[in-house]
Amino acid sequence: MIRLEKRPNPSRLWTALTPVLAVVLTMLVGGIMFALLGKPPLEAIRTIFWDPLFHPQFAGYSRPQLLVKAGPLILIAIGLSVGFRAGIWNIGAEGQYIMGAVCGAAVGLAFYPADTWLLFPLMAIAGALGGWAWAMIPAFLKTRFGTNEILVSLMLVYVAENILASASAGWLRNPEGMGFPGSRNFKQWASVYNDELVINTGMHWGVVAAFIAVIAAYVLMARHIQGFNIRLTGEAPRAARFSGVSPARIIFLCLGISGALAGMAGLFEVTGPAGQISIDFNSGYGFTAIIVAFLGRLNPFGILLAGLLMALTYIGGELAQLMLGLPGASIQLFQGMLLFFLLATDVFTNYRVRLTGREVA
Amino acid sequence: MKRRTLLASAAALSLAAGAGFAQDVPKIGFVYVGPVNDGGWSQHHHESAMKMKEHFGDAIELIEQESVPEGADAERVLTQMALSGADLIFTTSFGYMDPTINVAAKFPDVKFEHATGYKQAPNVSVYSARFYEGRAITGYLAGAMTKTNKIGYIASFPIPEVIRGINSSYIHAKKANPDVEIAVVWISTWFDPAKEADATQALLDQGADVVLAHTDSTAPLAVLEKAGAYGFGQAADMEEYKPEPRISSIIDDWAPYYIERVQAVIDGSWESVNTWDGIGAGMVGIGEFTGPIPDDVVATVTQMKEDIASGAYHPFTGPLNKQDGSAWLAEGEVADDGTLAGMSFYVEGVTGDIPN
Repeated sequence: MIRLEKRPNPSRLWTALTPVLAVVLTMLVGGIMFALLGKPPLEAIRTIFWDPLFHPQFAGYSRPQLLVKAGPLILIAIGLSVGFRAGIWNIGAEGQYIMGAVCGAAVGLAFYPADTWLLFPLMAIAGALGGWAWAMIPAFLKTRFGTNEILVSLMLVYVAENILASASAGWLRNPEGMGFPGSRNFKQWASVYNDELVINTGMHWGVVAAFIAVIAAYVLMARHIQGFNIRLTGEAPRAARFSGVSPARIIFLCLGISGALAGMAGLFEVTGPAGQISIDFNSGYGFTAIIVAFLGRLNPFGILLAGLLMALTYIGGELAQLMLGLPGASIQLFQGMLLFFLLATDVFTNYRVRLTGREVA
Repeated sequence: MKRRTLLASAAALSLAAGAGFAQDVPKIGFVYVGPVNDGGWSQHHHESAMKMKEHFGDAIELIEQESVPEGADAERVLTQMALSGADLIFTTSFGYMDPTINVAAKFPDVKFEHATGYKQAPNVSVYSARFYEGRAITGYLAGAMTKTNKIGYIASFPIPEVIRGINSSYIHAKKANPDVEIAVVWISTWFDPAKEADATQALLDQGADVVLAHTDSTAPLAVLEKAGAYGFGQAADMEEYKPEPRISSIIDDWAPYYIERVQAVIDGSWESVNTWDGIGAGMVGIGEFTGPIPDDVVATVTQMKEDIASGAYHPFTGPLNKQDGSAWLAEGEVADDGTLAGMSFYVEGVTGDIPN
């Protein structure tokens, strides 16, 4: 008989081991799937995980792109992880990301074509505020009326998408765009273009902000009293209340942090790699960041690695489509497996497998 | 600047390397915004690409990438395609315009073809279809078939292409039926069956009995079938709804253009061009007329289709006024392409406002 026995404490070994195991299992099952699709499995796995880093033809370009792709994922996931630690489930980072981009871009475009270095920091603040304000809606409704922040924040994503559509087709539309939707392109506006800081590294301000956020989150969660309060609220809400932690304050704090970081990610993306507000500006970073947060075990440095790994599967997945003609959906399936196996292997963190003999009644 | 030269030299290097082992079979890339089985826009580009591949066989290599979001991801995908040695890349969605221009600047030796945009470069062509020519036919049919004198129109986004379609439909519906009114519903999406179905129902509730759609799914036809009303295939023939509610259709056919452009690359005669073809060149197809359309109406629209194809008739021919009553085209005057390309006004008689 195989029995699962709850561990008194989560196993530290398994906590570190499960992400690795999940990646290995994903490779295995993904390989089988690719084989069933009639594609060479080893080559596919190699294209996804190895080629973006070391392929002589592509790596020079795709290595910096890893940072570009991982930057917003890490920045958003760091914010989410703070809330998740406290048991506050902000599922609507996508909406906060959109609102950050729209608000920041709107502030910038209001000053077009000003040529001052002051404008970009101002836009970054506006972006953070936009995301923060959007996250305050579920925070307020939860503390005031006890609504469920999962539903409210998720629904607000769709509201934000409509605001994005109206912005790009209407009030932020490029006046020189011949009536087509989409704002002016920030890449053609040097004083606010969020370009690479060092040539050919992919390092733009959003990536820098992501690294700072990783360190700040580590300090907050490990060294700061608010971090302790956040963890306490998540692990033992009653104990938190007895020790004088105000649940409402924690809710505002957590949603505020995650909203502001998601908003900043949106602003850095719209002024940098994306270049403009367009109807389909958001490409799912806010949702993918949820996977990144869990894959990184809600640990700041784990999230850093998870973000890079996720970016690797994206860029490698694109290469695999290109080189091997794999269908796009199989790449998404492959990424989904990663989270699936992580959650599945998580059992071993909290439970121990016991082989027992037949019990005598 | 420095980065640009670095990438360009990387491209030159890879092209040289590519030429080394694969004795120059032109590599043709396609990038799609949706999945290749979306039933609409992307699927048609994909199918046309497959027809092109069939035409050339092993003389070319086809590489495709589906579900590529517009923006930063598109730029990366295009760069990787160019790095992999593609000679000609078709970017098949409007939102790829700026990424295409950016990547094309880094790879001057790679040729690009961008669908439905307006930014050209020495190595970037733009191509689009005069769907408004098809709208003239379906608009006339709608005007002829309505019994309530009210036709509905499901619009996606307020861009010139959609506004042209509404105007062309209305102008020709009115030719068939001077009392006709048009009701427009904007749904801010190209593909969302649930929203399209809701919009169709809303139009039926307002009294419309023929509904035209500028969205990609078959959901409107499914609703129209139940209501006993009429509609049209959009982008595809949607023949499963023959003979009614679908009484005709506008079909996108990019294959002739793709074959022509790839041939130009093979011949070494490729040049940056701005192509805007319609019924005449076969880029816009009109599906079979089915259902209870009276014979004289079939004769009229068949003649109209031939006249548009031959250039004898232009769907935007004066006298036409703008919605506010101001004069636009005088008697016999024909709209110029510049005005059409940037069209942002309704013609006289269309009610409601263009949303902003």
